[in-house]
Parts: sequence; C-alpha cells; structure tokens
Amino acid sequence: MEPLSNKRKVLEAKPLNFMERIYLPAIFQGLAITIKHFFRKPVTIRYPEEKREYSENFRGMHSLKRDEHGRERCTACGLCALSCPAEAITMIAAERQKGEEDLYREEKYAAVYEINMLRCIFCGLCEEACPKEAIYLDGPHVPSDYLRKDFIYGKDKLVEAPLNQ
Amino acid sequence: MKVTIDGIAVEVEPGTTILNAARQIGGDIVPPAMCYYSKLKDSGGKCRTCLVKVSKGSEKDPRPMPKLVASCRTTVMDGMEVQNITSPEVIEARKGIVEMLLINHPLDCPICDQAGECDLQNLGFEHGAVKTRYEFDRRTFEKIDIGDKIQLHMTRCILCYRCVFTADQITNYRYHGILGRGDHSEISTYIQHAVDNDFSGNVIDVCPVGALTDKTFRFKNRVWFTKPVDAHRDCDHPGCNGKVTLWYKGEEVLRVTARKDQYGEVEEYICNTCRFDKKKTADWVIEGPRHISDKSVISSNHYDFIPLPVVKTNLVLQEANKEQFERDTRL
Repeated sequence: MEPLSNKRKVLEAKPLNFMERIYLPAIFQGLAITIKHFFRKPVTIRYPEEKREYSENFRGMHSLKRDEHGRERCTACGLCALSCPAEAITMIAAERQKGEEDLYREEKYAAVYEINMLRCIFCGLCEEACPKEAIYLDGPHVPSDYLRKDFIYGKDKLVEAPLNQ
Repeated sequence: MKVTIDGIAVEVEPGTTILNAARQIGGDIVPPAMCYYSKLKDSGGKCRTCLVKVSKGSEKDPRPMPKLVASCRTTVMDGMEVQNITSPEVIEARKGIVEMLLINHPLDCPICDQAGECDLQNLGFEHGAVKTRYEFDRRTFEKIDIGDKIQLHMTRCILCYRCVFTADQITNYRYHGILGRGDHSEISTYIQHAVDNDFSGNVIDVCPVGALTDKTFRFKNRVWFTKPVDAHRDCDHPGCNGKVTLWYKGEEVLRVTARKDQYGEVEEYICNTCRFDKKKTADWVIEGPRHISDKSVISSNHYDFIPLPVVKTNLVLQEANKEQFERDTRL
C-alpha cells in the first residue's frame, strides 16, 4: 500500500555482535544496577509503622468528637447525611434519658451512626455541614480489610476515646 | 376594588386584607406570615412579619399611612398602593422583626423535629440577620407533655396564638391558653392538663415553629429523609374527611399530617385517629407522591416517582443476601 506520509521508518534488526551474543555482560550490567539500589535511600516507607508527614488539610478517617466534659457532641441532626454526595452516612436518633447528661451533650443523640467507608469519597462536606463541630476527618487512612461489612464503621470505631483514659 | 402591590394591580372584593390580595397575585410579593392563618378566624396581627408600607392610602385620600402596617389585619381601600419587597424600609423592618422573634428562640434546629419545614427557619433564612445582638440569657422552660401524643417546647414558641385559635374553633373545648403577660407570657395548660379531644392534634400542624410536636414522631427521623405521599381513608369521624399526607421512610409510615398548601397552611383538618393511630400502609388508599416545592429542603434528593417510592420486600434477594453474608462471615 502507498504510505500516507513519508514518515514511515523501516526498522531492521541488526545481527548481534559477539559481546552481545555471550549474554553475560548484560546480566552483570543489570545486576550492578540492582545492587546499586540496595545502598540508596529507599523511595518507599513501611506505611502503617512509619508515616509520612501529611498536609494540614488531609482528610482521613472520620472521628466523632466529644466536648470539654467528655460528652458526645453529635445530636443526630442529619445534616452530614444530607450533605453527603455519596450517601455514605446513616444514623438513628434517640432521646437522652435522665441520668445520661454526662454522656450526651444535647437532648437528642445518635444511637446508631454508621459510615460506609467504601462509599465515602472523603470530600469533607459532612465536616463542613456539621453545626455542632462533631465530625472531623482527622484520622489516618482507612485500613484495608477483607469483607465489605467490615467497612461499615459504627460508633465503636468512630467516636473518639473519652478524655480520662 | 383595585389595589396595587409592588406595582402589580389586582381587583379584589371589599374587605379583603392586603395579605390576601397579595396572595391572589402570588409569587415573591406575598408578605411572610407567622401568626396569620387563613383557616382560623381572628388570627393575625401578633407577629408583625407581614408589615408592609402603604404609600398611597386610597383614591380619595392619597396620603401615605404614617407607619408600616400589618398586612394581615389591614383591609384594602380602592386605589391603594402598597410596597412590600420594593421598599427598603419594609425589608429593614422585617429583618428587625426576625431578630426580635429569635430573641428567646433556642436555635436548637439540629434537635428540633420541625426543622426543614419550619416557618421561622425559612423566615430567618430569607429575611434575618446572621448574628443576634441580644446578649442576655434566653428564657428557658422545661418541656411539657400535653397528653401522650403532643409535646410542648415552650422555649421555641413565638406566641402566635394559632394553637389557641385552633383549639377554640376546631375542637370542642380548649384546655390550654396563654398565661402571663408581655415577656412572661407562655402557652400552658396551667396544671399540665392533658389536651385530649378528637382534633387536638391539629395544633401540631398549625404551629409555625417546633413548639408543639408530635410525640409519636419524636426524633424518629429528619423530615428531609422521609417521603411525603398523599393518601386518604374513610374516616368515620364526621368532621374529618381523612385526606392526609403520609411521611414514609422505606416501607414504614413515620408520621401522618394534614396536607399543607404553599403557605404552610393546613388544607383540611384531620382527626386524631387518622393522625396518631393509623400508621400502616394497609389503612390508607395511596393517591400519589406529594408535590413539595423544589426550594424546600424536603425535596432534596427526592424525585417524583411513578409508581410509588415504597420499597417492596424482595424475598429472593433477601435470601440471596443472607446466604452471601453467611458465607462471608464463615470465611
């Protein structure tokens, strides 16, 4: 066929010379590069044990905050779930009973608060929507796991530890 | 009679109020109203949010009215000219009124069940200032159970008197009223008297804020996560025709309310049996999804579905999911 442009370049394999044909020099050359890298500073780090410095606005795993008296700030107002573009957040509210005033800050609290970390896109809109400053994406990366059900994080994983522990 | 509101002329009957004349025109020029309720006689004149400027009294007496007037209480005159949103004075006054209404309001919208369909929230959003200048403690009350179905949060009340008029005009007997005067006035049953008669639940719908709320819906869900569906049933109560809005979450009816029009006013009052006791889909004849204004937060993430947005239980799918789940947990 007639070429459309004259850019075609005909490649032809040249016959190997003797040094190339005995094969070993190329092996040693490659090995030398490998060994050289043993003594260089590694590019990667061992992630969960070592951590790089993150930027200040890094958004990782969510945490539900407590106030200065150790009470949960979240009142299950649903604005995080409303703002969530991935619809990853669900919650069930409950009324605070008498005697639970040191556990929950307002008269309503989230009895169940679940974030599906597989759906979450870590956009931080929940953090922005929260009127009670209760949720922040200030944690590390969400660790990997085997089963989908284990990525639905409940309050046991999300609420931060009480103050005096 | 001819009246001009914000430059739009309309012909109305003599004796119509300015607010109702504006509602005949419709659109942005309708003054907001917190206490006026077209279905309740004598309501209005309490909250002052509907203040307008009358720039020309009438054809005979063209002098402007000296002060802003409450449009829900002022009747029109022939040739009257009214300014609502075109007058900066009115906008400024309304901003002040909102600030005033919010002086004692606790602003606990994240907790309040009314949030999302609250007139005061809308009013504050559209007309209010961002910050309050009020530095003193807000007045607080304990929440009161009025009967086993209605809860009164007096802290949220703006003293619009709508519930008092409802009890007077819709029900047989009124158990609650306003006690005290001025800053001390509060809605109360005096000695936690239960308000129980067949139409008492309507005070919940009538309340523009979250002061009177449904205890059967208390903290169940946020209104914007529920799906409103029109439905009706044959109610044997003579005063009730059983036309309601059901608020679904999945397959469950969380709440039953009367149907509300674009001004948040109840179209027809419903009885307590319909409101509190009939919370199964089987009790109702479904008509179709309730149309919610797309400016409302309730319509966010909602679409008009045909057929109904009620999730059907798929047994095959459930069984398959269960099997999958069991296999996964074994692994």
